[in-house]
Amino acid sequence: MTHIEMPVPDAAVLRRSAHIIKDLIALAGADAVIADEDGRRTFETDGLTAYRCMPLAVVLPKTTEEVARVLRYCHREGIKVVARGAGTSLCGGALPTEDAVVVGVSRMNRVLEIDYDNRFARVETGITNLAISKAVSAEGFFYAPDPSSQLACTLAGNLAMNSGGAHCLKYGVTTNNVLGLKLVLMNGEVIELGGPHLDADGYDLMGLMVGSEGQFGIVTEATVRILKSAEGARPVLMGFASSEAAGACVAGIIGAGIVPVAIEFMDKPAIEVCEAFAKAGYPLDAEALLIIEVEGSDQEISEMLARIQAIAEPYGPTQTIVSQSAEQSAKIWKGRKSAFGAIGRISDYYCMDGTIPLSRLPQVLAGISQICADHGLKVANIFHAGDGNLHPLILYDANDPESSHRAELAGADILRLCVEVGGCLTGEHGVGVEKRDLMRTQFTKTDLAVQMRIKTVFDPKWLLNPGKVFPLEETEHMRDVA
Amino acid sequence: MMSPLVERQIPVEVVGSGSKRAVGRPMQAAVQLTTSAMQGVWLYEPTELVMSAQAGTPLTQIEAMLASNNQMLAFEPIDLGPATGSTPGGQTIGSVFACNLSGSRRITAGAARDNLLGIEAVNGRAELFRAGGRVMKNVTGVDLCRGIAGSWGTLSVLVEVTFKVLPWPEVAATLIYFGLPDDLGVEALCAAMRLPYEVTGAVHLPEGVARRLEHEGLRAQGRSITALRIENFGNSVVYRKEAIRKALKVYGDPAVLDTGDTLSFWGELRRLSVMPYNRETCLWRVSTAPTRGPQVVAAIKRHMPVEAYYDWAGGLMWIEVPASADAGASDIRRAIAVHGGHATLIRAEPSVRASVEVFQPQPPAVERLMRGLKEAFDPYRVLNPGRMYATF
Repeated sequence: MTHIEMPVPDAAVLRRSAHIIKDLIALAGADAVIADEDGRRTFETDGLTAYRCMPLAVVLPKTTEEVARVLRYCHREGIKVVARGAGTSLCGGALPTEDAVVVGVSRMNRVLEIDYDNRFARVETGITNLAISKAVSAEGFFYAPDPSSQLACTLAGNLAMNSGGAHCLKYGVTTNNVLGLKLVLMNGEVIELGGPHLDADGYDLMGLMVGSEGQFGIVTEATVRILKSAEGARPVLMGFASSEAAGACVAGIIGAGIVPVAIEFMDKPAIEVCEAFAKAGYPLDAEALLIIEVEGSDQEISEMLARIQAIAEPYGPTQTIVSQSAEQSAKIWKGRKSAFGAIGRISDYYCMDGTIPLSRLPQVLAGISQICADHGLKVANIFHAGDGNLHPLILYDANDPESSHRAELAGADILRLCVEVGGCLTGEHGVGVEKRDLMRTQFTKTDLAVQMRIKTVFDPKWLLNPGKVFPLEETEHMRDVA
Repeated sequence: MMSPLVERQIPVEVVGSGSKRAVGRPMQAAVQLTTSAMQGVWLYEPTELVMSAQAGTPLTQIEAMLASNNQMLAFEPIDLGPATGSTPGGQTIGSVFACNLSGSRRITAGAARDNLLGIEAVNGRAELFRAGGRVMKNVTGVDLCRGIAGSWGTLSVLVEVTFKVLPWPEVAATLIYFGLPDDLGVEALCAAMRLPYEVTGAVHLPEGVARRLEHEGLRAQGRSITALRIENFGNSVVYRKEAIRKALKVYGDPAVLDTGDTLSFWGELRRLSVMPYNRETCLWRVSTAPTRGPQVVAAIKRHMPVEAYYDWAGGLMWIEVPASADAGASDIRRAIAVHGGHATLIRAEPSVRASVEVFQPQPPAVERLMRGLKEAFDPYRVLNPGRMYATF
C-alpha cells in the first residue's frame, strides 16, 4: 500500500532545510522544534502506517501566537505545512511530505474554561477527546462525539475529520457539537468563529472548517457543547440467523419510533474474534449480532428494552441478552469497542469506513464477501447500523506486498460499492491520502471544483496539508499558482 | 435557467414562495427566480430517517407527509411569516435550510443546518453541483451543506435538499412556572438543562409577551411564563415531570400542559405569534450564551422600550423595539459587543434595512473570508446581491 502518488517535493525548500530549521527555532524556541532524524521519524506516519514520509521538521508550539508565527513564516517562504494532533488518522490525514513542516498541537492541551450553566467547555485543541469528558464528568457532564480512538485522539484531529463514534446516532458528530473556534490561517492571521452561543452569524465558516482535514487552517482553541449524562444506560445484545434479519430488525425498531442511543452490528467473523477476546457472552452460532443501547432511569431503560425485544420478536433473534448490571454492560461494550484491537491480534487488517443506506445492508455485505473472496482475502464487518456507517476490516498480511496490494484493491472496490448503493466513501475517518483518488467516484469534476475553490479562499497558495482529499490531477493547476 | 442570467451578469432575487422577502437587506434585482415550481418528495425512507425533496416543496406538505408516518423535522423550523407581514405556513423546504431556521427544539435536536444531509444546487457560475448525500454520517470532502445553510440564497440556489427526520414523541408535556422575573426565569431554564431529563424546549416569556399568547388559559394568568417541554413515551414523561418539579421546586409549583396544549403552546412560538407584524416596531433576533440573555435585554432597555422573550434556555432572544431610523442597531450591537453573540434585524421598513447592517458585522479577517466565499460561488454577484452584506 505504498504506491499512492504524492506531489513532487519542492527542491528549493529541501535545499534550504538547514536554514528553515534555524528560523523555526528562532520563532518557536529550540525545545519546540524537532529536526533530528530519530525525532522526526516519530512523525513520519499516522494510523495508516502503510504510508510513511519523513517531514522536513516538526514544530510543537505551546501557544496560538507561536502557531501564528510559524505559519506566517511558512506562508512567506512558500513552505508547506501539515497539521497534526495525535497522529491517529486512519486515512493518512496527518501524513507528512518531505518538504513540509509538521505543526503539532499536542502540547496545547489545557482546559481553559468550563461553564455548566451555559453548557460549554473551552479547550485547547491538543486535548484528547476523552480528557474533555473527564474534565466535566464530576458534574455529570460529557462531550458527546466518541470515536473509538478517544483515549488518544485529539480534539484538533476530531475537528479536522468531523469525527463521529458509536453514540452519534443520538448526539450527532463533531460539527453538531462545536460552538466556537479560534484558528490560525496559513498567512498567520488568527480568527475566531462562533462562541458560547448557538448558530453562526453570517456564512457558516465554522461548518466549513470542521471536516476540512487540515486544509483550511489550524484550530488551536475550541468551544464545545457539553451535555448532562443520562441517569443510566444499558444495552441489549441480540443474535440473528442472518444479516437480513438483523438489518430488518433495526429498520423495525426505528420504524416503530424508537431511536436508541446506539445500534451496533457485527457479522459472524467479527463476533468470533471479539468473543474470543472479551468473553462478553456473544452468541457464536449467530450470523449477525446487534448491540442496542438505551438511556434513562432504570425504569425507563427496562420499559424501552422490553419494547425493543417485542419489536425484535418477529425477526427471530436466536439469542437475547439484556444486560443486568453495569459490569455486564461494560463487558458487552468491551467486545465491540476492542473489536479493532482484537482483530489486530489475529491478523493485519485494513479498516474501511463507507456509509450505506440501511436497507442495502444485506446486498452490501454479500457484495463485500464476494469482493474479498475474489481477492483471496477474509473480511469481518462492524457496522454503526443506526446511521449506516460500515467498517469492513479486510484481513491481510502486511509483510506480503502482494497481499497488501490486494487488500487495497478490495478496499477500493468496497468503497465504490458503497457509493453505488447511494452511500459515501467515508462516514467518519476522512479522505486523507487513502481515498483521495476515489473522490471522482462520488463527485463530478464540478463538485470537486466547487470544493477546491473554498480551499483556495482559506489557503490561496495551497500550502496546507498537501496531496490530501483532492485527486492530484484536479489540483495540479491550483498548486502551480503557489 | 441560470446560464443566460450569469452570462449577462443579471442580478437575480432568489425566492421559494417569497415568504421571507421582507427579511435581509433590500436588493435591486432585475429578475426573480423562484423555486416554487420545483416540487416533490422523491425519497422518503422512514426507517432510515431520511427524506429528499425538491427545494420548492411547501414545508406544510413535507410536514404532513412526515406526520402521516409519526415523524417530524425535529428542529421545528420557525416561521418568520406572521412576524414579517406575510401569511403563516407559506415557506418552502429549501428556504428553511437556505436561511437555517430552527425553533425551540434546536437546543437538543440541532439547527436546520445540523439536519441537512445533502444538497443539489446551482451556484452563481451556473454550475449544478451536489454535496453530502442521503446517509446520516458522511465526511467525504468539504462540508458544503453547512457552508450553504444560512447563506440566504447568496451563494447558490438550492434545487434539492436531503435531510434527517425523527419520530414524533409519543407524549409531550410542558411545565409552566408563573411570575418569575427574567433573570430568575432564565436561571430556571438553565437549571433544567443541567438535569438529565432531556428538556426539548426551554422558553421564558415576560409578562408583556405572555399577554399576547393565543392560548387563553395562559394569557389570562397575566404573568410571566417560564416553560419547559418534555417529550418521550408515556411513563417516562410522567417520571420526568415529577423529577423536574422536585429539582426546581425553589422556582415554585408549576402548572402542567398535556400533549394537546403542549402542541398548541409551542406551535404558537414556532409561528412567532407573540411578535406579530407591526410597522410601529422593529424585530431583532439575538443569539448569546443563555445566562447572558437577561443582561443583553437589560442593557438594551436602558436605551429604549423593549418587549422580548427568551428561547433556547435564554440564549435566543426575540426583541421588539420601537421603529426608528436605525432600528436601535447601534445600542443593540453595543450590548452584543459587551456580552457576546450576534444580532440580526428581522423586521424593519426597507429604508431602515438598507441603511443599517441587518446581519452581524464581521471583523476584517472574517469578512475577507466571507467575501472570498461569495466570490468562489458567485463571482459576478448575481445571486441575491447585497442581501446579507452591502458590499458582497
